[in-house]
Order: sequence, then structure tokens, then C-alpha cells
Amino acid sequence: MPKLVKDGVIVEDTWTLLSKPEGDAANFAVPAGQVIVPLSVWLAQKSELKSRTDIGVWLDSDETADLLGEDAQPLPLVAVNFPTFMDGRAFSTARLLRERFGFTGELRAVGNFIRDQLCYLRRCGVNAFAFSNPESDLQAALKSLDDFTEYYQASVDQPLPLFRRRA
Amino acid sequence: MYIYDEYDHTILRQRVAQFRDQTERFLAGEIKPEEFLPLRLQNGLYVQRLAPMLRINVPYGMLNSAQLRRLAHIARHYDKGYCHVSTRQNIQFNWPDLTEVPDILQELAEVQMHGTQSSGNCIRNTTSDQFAGVAEDEVIDPRPYCEIIRQWSTFHPEFAFLPRKFKIAVTGSQQDRAAVQVHDIGLQIVLNDAGEVGFKVYVGGGLGRTPVIGSVIREYLPQEHLLTYLEAILRVYNLFGRRDNKYKARIKILVRALTPEVFTEKVEAEWAYLKGTSNTLTQAEIDRAKSFFTEPPYETIDDAAAQAEVAALAAEHLAFSKWLQRNVRGHRVPGYAAVTLSLKPTGVAPGDVTDSQLEIIANLADEFSFSEARTTHEQNIVLADVKKTDLFTLWHKAKVAGFATPNIGTITDIICCPGGDFCSLANAKSIPIAESIQRQFDDMDYVYDLGDIDLNISGCMNACGHHHVGHIGILGVDKKGEEFYQVQLGGSASNDASLGDVLGPSFSAGDMPSVIQKLVDVFVENRTEEELFIDTYRRIGATPFKERVYAKAS
Repeated sequence: MPKLVKDGVIVEDTWTLLSKPEGDAANFAVPAGQVIVPLSVWLAQKSELKSRTDIGVWLDSDETADLLGEDAQPLPLVAVNFPTFMDGRAFSTARLLRERFGFTGELRAVGNFIRDQLCYLRRCGVNAFAFSNPESDLQAALKSLDDFTEYYQASVDQPLPLFRRRA
Repeated sequence: MYIYDEYDHTILRQRVAQFRDQTERFLAGEIKPEEFLPLRLQNGLYVQRLAPMLRINVPYGMLNSAQLRRLAHIARHYDKGYCHVSTRQNIQFNWPDLTEVPDILQELAEVQMHGTQSSGNCIRNTTSDQFAGVAEDEVIDPRPYCEIIRQWSTFHPEFAFLPRKFKIAVTGSQQDRAAVQVHDIGLQIVLNDAGEVGFKVYVGGGLGRTPVIGSVIREYLPQEHLLTYLEAILRVYNLFGRRDNKYKARIKILVRALTPEVFTEKVEAEWAYLKGTSNTLTQAEIDRAKSFFTEPPYETIDDAAAQAEVAALAAEHLAFSKWLQRNVRGHRVPGYAAVTLSLKPTGVAPGDVTDSQLEIIANLADEFSFSEARTTHEQNIVLADVKKTDLFTLWHKAKVAGFATPNIGTITDIICCPGGDFCSLANAKSIPIAESIQRQFDDMDYVYDLGDIDLNISGCMNACGHHHVGHIGILGVDKKGEEFYQVQLGGSASNDASLGDVLGPSFSAGDMPSVIQKLVDVFVENRTEEELFIDTYRRIGATPFKERVYAKAS
């Protein structure tokens, strides 16, 4: 089973990420088990999928947090995708999911983010990191979570900016 | 000047350690070059034509003498003995060795300096007025707000991978010397009817391939909302700015595509959520920031007596009087003056300064200006707090060091990018063009008679030399492998910001001095007594200039 970094430790990944459907999202057959469905499938089949407790939803970088909105709250998992690590929209999306839409479940980065973004992603509320490259050295990646221990700005994991904390 | 506390030091130490690790992993082949690229850029490190280039931040242009000496040391030990003042008030080293960059950053960190976010698709160094705090026309000193923005933007976790680079400038004076209307965000400090401090907010200005004058999206933003409002703008840009085409990724394109009105609505809607959250500034924080920019221990000076002494010396020494006219300006404190050290003598790349010159500037700052100096966006250095009675001594010392060229604001005080001599993006050289124009205008009396003229040169359409906002702008272009130069007239980066109009077909490098001479001749023949070049151009239009420059030889 593939592994990922979650809450600062390496764990087994029990979820399956489903690709975007070729055809109509409404007709896409969502399999049983823990699956992360694309936003389009969620939106098309929300009424049925809502009753399941093993459904997560992933947002692509051009899909804004408000498209899922407060629907995120009961979900166990929401993922934000990085088509390339240079596409930084997911940083804003993650913050909005946490701070505006009250999502408290697993917020997972998927796709082509890089280890050197982990600290920033964590500060934006991402708590799980599933690297697309199975060769990634997760032990080494863990270290990057602590590149910084002190921050100037308010963020998800430190809601008070430094200027409100300075002695 | 701002002084780091233990928090600032910790953050910067961790940054240096992070980049040292990243560099080692890159050299060991553990980070792919395309992944290392944004990491090194966010530490100021470019790969250039001949060698890497390292850009060091000078927050809003402020430097102390210890920092100047450290820059001199770095120029001497890690580079080729000089560095360059950029149009964004930063310092650039042209020849560092990649493997030594972590050491350079460590040395800089010891004097509270760094290359953080001096490049890359993130919020860059905030720039300001080089006369902040001393200008006679100042409403409020912008530097505390610049420092607040510096801290907020440094390692902002949400905005480190924006669609493109992002530049903020702040002015606190009536006369805009920070070019706020040609920045991604320009902030002009204003007072409301109740005398409370706030900001007029411009968004979407910028130069480059698509030059745009910024749009005002808010006439008055109360100061406590500075950061939440910036956050709202940045979030809208991060989410909706184009990412498919790097030439259409700047915020100016988004503002234009949406229209400024719709863009403003989006920002205000986002801000409605952020307003009042913990990033709202407290009076205590504003006061803390201001506490670093208090008055130095000025002496009580009889201004009239000091002025009389200076006038007597000026009457005796013609060269000193010319320097006073061009390089020295008024100060809000009686008996003091602000002095610009010219980095534009003929034959030196505009903005270049050597290691020993940096040390001389440090000494001059210690002796005459409370140990502080400022870099300017026109690529000069300012000593902001000089006693008028010291001006004559300072002038002597500046002259010996090569800083007393009395050309500030004139046609030979050229803004010029590094161009094809150094930059791998450039289509054409720019430094030799600057030199040839300086040589053409070597009669200082004639240059003074022309009055203030902004002449700006860029070696490519990325416009680092700000050619669009020069009264005379020159753009290097490539035609089938040959270098040519296009001329634009009528640009301004000041309160009356405007973009220059292209005069017509481009010229060869060799033609440039005579082309500029002809343009100046048309000005001299047509001006009224009080007019500057830009005024005459705006009054008579491009036609007389075109006719002269493109006239067929008969």
C-alpha cells in the first residue's frame, strides 16, 4: 500500500484517488470503498454520495473552494491538486476550506507539489501530503515541515500574526 | 532604521539553513533543476549570461554603514569587486559562485540582510521614496508601513507561488518619487478629512511588454486595514490571475480583463471576510514600527546662518555651486540637507559601485548622516541627513571618490538596465548606449540649461530600465540578430504618470547620440521659458520631433 505523510508521521494511504471522468460526471460509476472523487462527480451525484462516509472530494487547481463550500464540513477528506508545483492556487483554496468553510477533516495535497512547499502548505491548513512520485523519501520530507518554526503572518496553524504575539 | 529582534533573527537563520540544504540537495542531484529554479529565485539567485546573479534586498532602500561594509566585503571576496544598484533599490552581484551563495547569505544575515523574495513569482521587496522621513513635501513617513508590509509579505505561505512576480511601492509625499502608479500595487499615504492616516490604493500598474498605469481601486483605506486589504487583493490575484501564459499573468492583465470596477468588487467581497480578522493592524504595532524611524539626534541649527555660509562657499567655488544645485535638496529640519551621491559618472555603468566606494559611502554616512544611506530607484545613493555646514567638506570627499558628478535629474542621470552585457534576457546592450549619450552631453552648462529630463534605457521589453516612463525612453530591439534602438517620448513615472509614445522606426547604436541631440534641439527651439522637456513634448506633440529625427539628408 502506498504511503503518505499525515499529521507529521508516515502512514499507509487507504484512499483511492479517482481521475476526472471522460464522459458525463452524472453517469460515472463511483466504486465502493474509500475513494476521492473529482469535484464534477461530487456535484453531479451529491445526493447519493452524501450518505456515504467513505467519500472524499478533490479540487483541481482551477476549482475554487466555494464550489464545494460548506458541503466540505461532513466530508472525511478533501484533496487539492497541484498540476504543477508552480501553480499556487491550492494554497489559497486550502486556507479558504479551513478558514471560511469550516472544513476540519483531512486536507490532502495531491499531484506535483514538492517537498520544499510542505511547510507553507501546512501553514495553509494542509495536513496530509501524498506525493505523486512513489520514490519520494518521506522521511526526508518530514524534516521540511519544520523549515520554519516562527512566522510573521497569521495562518491556519498560527491564527495570530507575530505582531500580536511579540512580547 | 528597523532593527531585528530575536524573532526576525530566528526566521532569517532558518531561511539560510533551508537554502543551504536546498543548494546541497541540488548539487547532489536530489532536486531537479526545474524545481531548484523557483527555490533559488526566491533567494535572489538568477542564472545569467556569464555567471549567476545574486540580488540582495534593500528594504525600501535603507542601508546602514555596517551593511554597506558587509556588501563591500562580499563584493571583494565573493565577486569581482563591484555591485549594482537596481531600479528597485536592490543590490545585485554579477559574479557569485553558486556553491558560495549560502555563505554569502549567511554573511548577509549577520547584518540583517537577505535575498529573500528578491526574485521569483512572489511578493518582492517593497520600494519607497528615497527621501522618506526628510522630504519637505511629506505627509507621513512611509517607512514604518513599508516595514509592516515587508514582514507580512516575507514567507507568506499563501503567496509564494503566484502567477507572476508582484511589486509594491509606497509613497508618503505629495510628489511621488516611488512611481506608485506603475507597480502591481501602489500605495499613496493620504489623510482623510479627520486627519486620519490611510492609503489611496492603485492596482495593476506595471511596465514590461504591456505597460499600464495603475487603477485606483480605493480612494481611502484606513491604515489598520492595510494588511487585510493587501491580502484580499493578493488572494483574488492568486486565484484568478492567468497562469496559462507568463506574458499575461501579471495582475494588470487581470484588472484589465475584469475591468477595474469588477476587480474592485471582487477585492471588496474578499475583504469583507478578512476585515477585522487578526491581521488587522493594532495601534501598538503601528507605533512599534514607527519607533524605528524616529528622528536622529538633529542639532538645533540656525538655518539662515548655515545657508549664508554655504552661499559664500558656493560663490567662491563654481563646481560646488553646481553640485549644490543638482545633487543637494531641501530637508524638513532647519540646517539640514539631503545629498544624492551620483553613481552616473560618464564611463561607468549607471548604478555600479565598487567595493572601496561602498566603504567610502559607509564612512561618509558615519561622518555626515547618522550612519545611514539609501539606494534610489534612479540608481543613485542618498545621504539624507547632512548638516548644511558639512556640505562643502562632504562635496570634497565625494568628489575624490567619484560621487560628485553634478548631474542628478539631468539627461546624463540615466536609468539603465544591465542590458546585453550581463542579462540573458536582453535583446541589446544598454550600458554603452548610456555612455555614448553621456559623452554627447558633456557640456554641463548646456545640460543644466536643459533642466530635468528623465532618460531611461532598457535592453529588452521587460523594461527593467523603465523606458516607458522616461521623458525620453530607449528600448533595445533585436532585428535579425542585430541590435537596434527604439525611441519613445512623453513618459513619466511621477504624479502625472504617463506612458511614452513610440517615435517611429528604430536606430542603430551609432546613431543614438545624434538622435537624442536632435530631440533635445527641437525641445530647445520650441520651449517656453519655464518648460521642461516633458512639458514641451506634451504641448507640441510628437510631430516636430519626428520630422527632425527622420528628415532625409538633403
